[in-house]
Amino acid sequence: MAVGADIPAPATPLRAWLTGIAGRAEGLLLPVLALLAGFAVFAVFLLLLGKNPATFYALVYKAGFGTAFSWNNTLSRAAPLLFSALCVAVPARLGLVVIGGEGAIVLGGVMAGGLAMLLAGWPAILAMPLLALMAALVGAIWIGAVGALRQWRGVNETIASLLLAYIAIALMNHLVEGPLRDPASLNKPSTAPLAESLRVGDLPGWNVHWGLAVAVVCCILCWVLIERTTTGFGARIAGGNVRAAQVQGLPVTRLVVGFTALGGAFAGLAGYFEVSAVHGSANASLASGYGYTGILVAFLARHNPLAIIPVALLLAGFEASSGLVQRRMDLPDATMTVLQGFVFVSILASETLTGRISLTAWLNRKDTA
Amino acid sequence: MHAAQPIQSPLPAVGIETVGMTMRFGSFTALDDVSIKVRPGSFHALLGENGAGKSTLVKCIMGFYHASAGSLLIDGFDGNVTDPRDAHAKGLGMVYQHFTLVPALTAAENLVISRADVPAVVNWEHEMTGLQAFMAAMPFRVPLSEPVHRLAAGEKQKLEILKQLYLGRRFLILDEPTSVLTPDEADEVLGHVRKLCEAGELSVLMISHKFREVTAFADEVTVLRRGRRVGGGMVADLSHQDMAAMMMGDAKPAAPAAREVTTGETVLALEGVRARDRSGLKEIAIDGLTIRAGEIVGIAGISGNGQMELMEILTGQRPVSAGTIAVKGAPYGATRAEARRHKVRYLPEEPLQNACAPRMTVSENIGFRSFDVDVGGTRFWLAPGEMKRRAARLVTDYKVKTASLDSPIAALSGGNVQRAVLSRELDGEVDILIISNPCFGLDFTAVAEIRSRIMSARNQGTAVLLMSEDLDEILELADRVMVMSEGRLVYECTAAEADIPTIGHHMGGHA
Repeated sequence: MAVGADIPAPATPLRAWLTGIAGRAEGLLLPVLALLAGFAVFAVFLLLLGKNPATFYALVYKAGFGTAFSWNNTLSRAAPLLFSALCVAVPARLGLVVIGGEGAIVLGGVMAGGLAMLLAGWPAILAMPLLALMAALVGAIWIGAVGALRQWRGVNETIASLLLAYIAIALMNHLVEGPLRDPASLNKPSTAPLAESLRVGDLPGWNVHWGLAVAVVCCILCWVLIERTTTGFGARIAGGNVRAAQVQGLPVTRLVVGFTALGGAFAGLAGYFEVSAVHGSANASLASGYGYTGILVAFLARHNPLAIIPVALLLAGFEASSGLVQRRMDLPDATMTVLQGFVFVSILASETLTGRISLTAWLNRKDTA
Repeated sequence: MHAAQPIQSPLPAVGIETVGMTMRFGSFTALDDVSIKVRPGSFHALLGENGAGKSTLVKCIMGFYHASAGSLLIDGFDGNVTDPRDAHAKGLGMVYQHFTLVPALTAAENLVISRADVPAVVNWEHEMTGLQAFMAAMPFRVPLSEPVHRLAAGEKQKLEILKQLYLGRRFLILDEPTSVLTPDEADEVLGHVRKLCEAGELSVLMISHKFREVTAFADEVTVLRRGRRVGGGMVADLSHQDMAAMMMGDAKPAAPAAREVTTGETVLALEGVRARDRSGLKEIAIDGLTIRAGEIVGIAGISGNGQMELMEILTGQRPVSAGTIAVKGAPYGATRAEARRHKVRYLPEEPLQNACAPRMTVSENIGFRSFDVDVGGTRFWLAPGEMKRRAARLVTDYKVKTASLDSPIAALSGGNVQRAVLSRELDGEVDILIISNPCFGLDFTAVAEIRSRIMSARNQGTAVLLMSEDLDEILELADRVMVMSEGRLVYECTAAEADIPTIGHHMGGHA
């Protein structure tokens, strides 16, 4: 007797077309509104601190997107965000909330830094793919274990992934300060610097490393996997209703372990590029919070791998402007974390409005009103 | 505090009247100029097919919706109900199809917390005295200090009605109140309600699909069809045929498919199967169950006696600790490949919860069986165009009413979800069909159509395992009847020798 079922399709082709657009726009409108709401609340926070929000947002624009230099800065920060957002978004299609991508990033980085010491004499054409592959593999095992624990032991994947991230960070600290430490690294314990031949260079004509291009390609491939292949469709069924997937005989366990491992592999790649393109060696800088910002990116993008690309750019811009904002406005370095916190809470709150703010209904209402 | 006081002297029943009630959603008119009158102390039945506007009408009365036009009179005065809380204050109450009690709390606690003015600290001694006095004044009672989850379904429904009376409601809307009750429980509950009406303490508007209940308990009836009032009158003047004719208009329900003589090999065989039940405490034990092609085996039983677990065993959702499941002689583990090779299909109960992804579209949900099938094998790339075409064909064939193929399936009514899932599972060749409660909560045109589809699948050689809590359904469809009680198959007979009292005894575990 659900009355909604009987609401007929709009009559005219124009109306149908508009409704189609509106249906798509709804998915966009809600996160954008939530983002703006988060910014607004943060503006109030700044006012309470006695700072001018307009100055703040102008500075963010200038430092994140204003000049060629700031674009370079933003883009090179976007690469790890894209990867770590995929680590959240891919398992999310199965209904899993994995928030421990940081752990896989860190371990992927350590794997790259440690293994590079052994591969010093190898030709780059063999060594570089091997490093990337092994970093991805470590990430895949780390986050895949979260899926396996959930499937076989009933452990909540959110808690497990978060706790495993702490273990991963402790493991990294142990390795770079102990067995893998380069004796030459005095102030900041690190693995030995990567041989020049193993460093990942910049995109031709840009001041941004190749990781960005690889990350964008990964986002597109993930979208294709989820939206265009039967495996992705099976995963969406399992994410939509696991009982229905079981009745259909779909290999739910394989899907859960496979998709969590795939997400982890992307996070591992993020660690690889951080070491081989940015830091040059594995050290505590790997745990710089990209894994956590990636959660925000994925949720803002509603776990759509293509939407992750613009959202990651936006948040990378914020991260890039952090230094300038600190210097010019005398704000603490936690400022950006506070902003991200506000945005995240408002995104989560906006989820409850899904389907309530309806452009479609509004369009079709005009007739009777 | 007035509502807190138990009702000592009965308040008089409240009567209501809708005048030209109209409700439009966008360009769609769900309710069109409906005027009905429920006199104080009368038991009024509201009949209609799915989508006829029954729910819309009662939601307008209760203030969930604001009618686009028309008005509501309460005891002859302008009702002007602004929201459900206001409706409650004016003495209008509603009992839903599904229970709204808190299972872990006792009946007494449920009654007290349902009040609008529960004090911060409850004086239970005082409340219990009041509740006992209230119960004593009622024509039927339920144990006050028992947790609700220990009460039988009939007791719970009685408690729901008592709760409304306790809250001072004197006009009740009952939305299919007996759909979760056994026939005996239904008769008892409705009998009590009827007595309250006769005593002038209550007026009732009951949404129902069951003519038997309407004839036995209601005095007046109103029939809706496509949002309009198409008939009604005193129940005494109307036969079942009259009411059915009003409900359906020109539409004719599918004639029951004739049972043809079929022969066939055994295709599904369970032997010595053992598994844990849902609680993990009891055992499901199926010693022997075989079904041959072209046969419907019906498993009767009261809900919760292992039917759900048997379904889960057959769909591979529940691990088996011993025994064998064989399909056409080969061991069967319910993987997608096996189900496809042997053409095994499933229709679990409550398909929206058990067989659909509610937020995916109608066309995607219809594609669950076939999305990875290609000529002669499986496919890697999705074929959205083909999925759409298949869904369009099945939606037409099975008369699924949906705004569009791209609507989320959760937006469809229960009957239409059922048809959509049935269309998916019956499409193509089917050798084994395993069904549970296929007609639960559906109106009778939908029921007749779904049963006739099941029968015609049987006639074409499908082996059907039908688990149902509706004994009439089993007796109508099955070639062989089995009874499940406490996780075991305790009785078996052919349809010809089926005897309702004997089956009933076995269902109750008394034989």
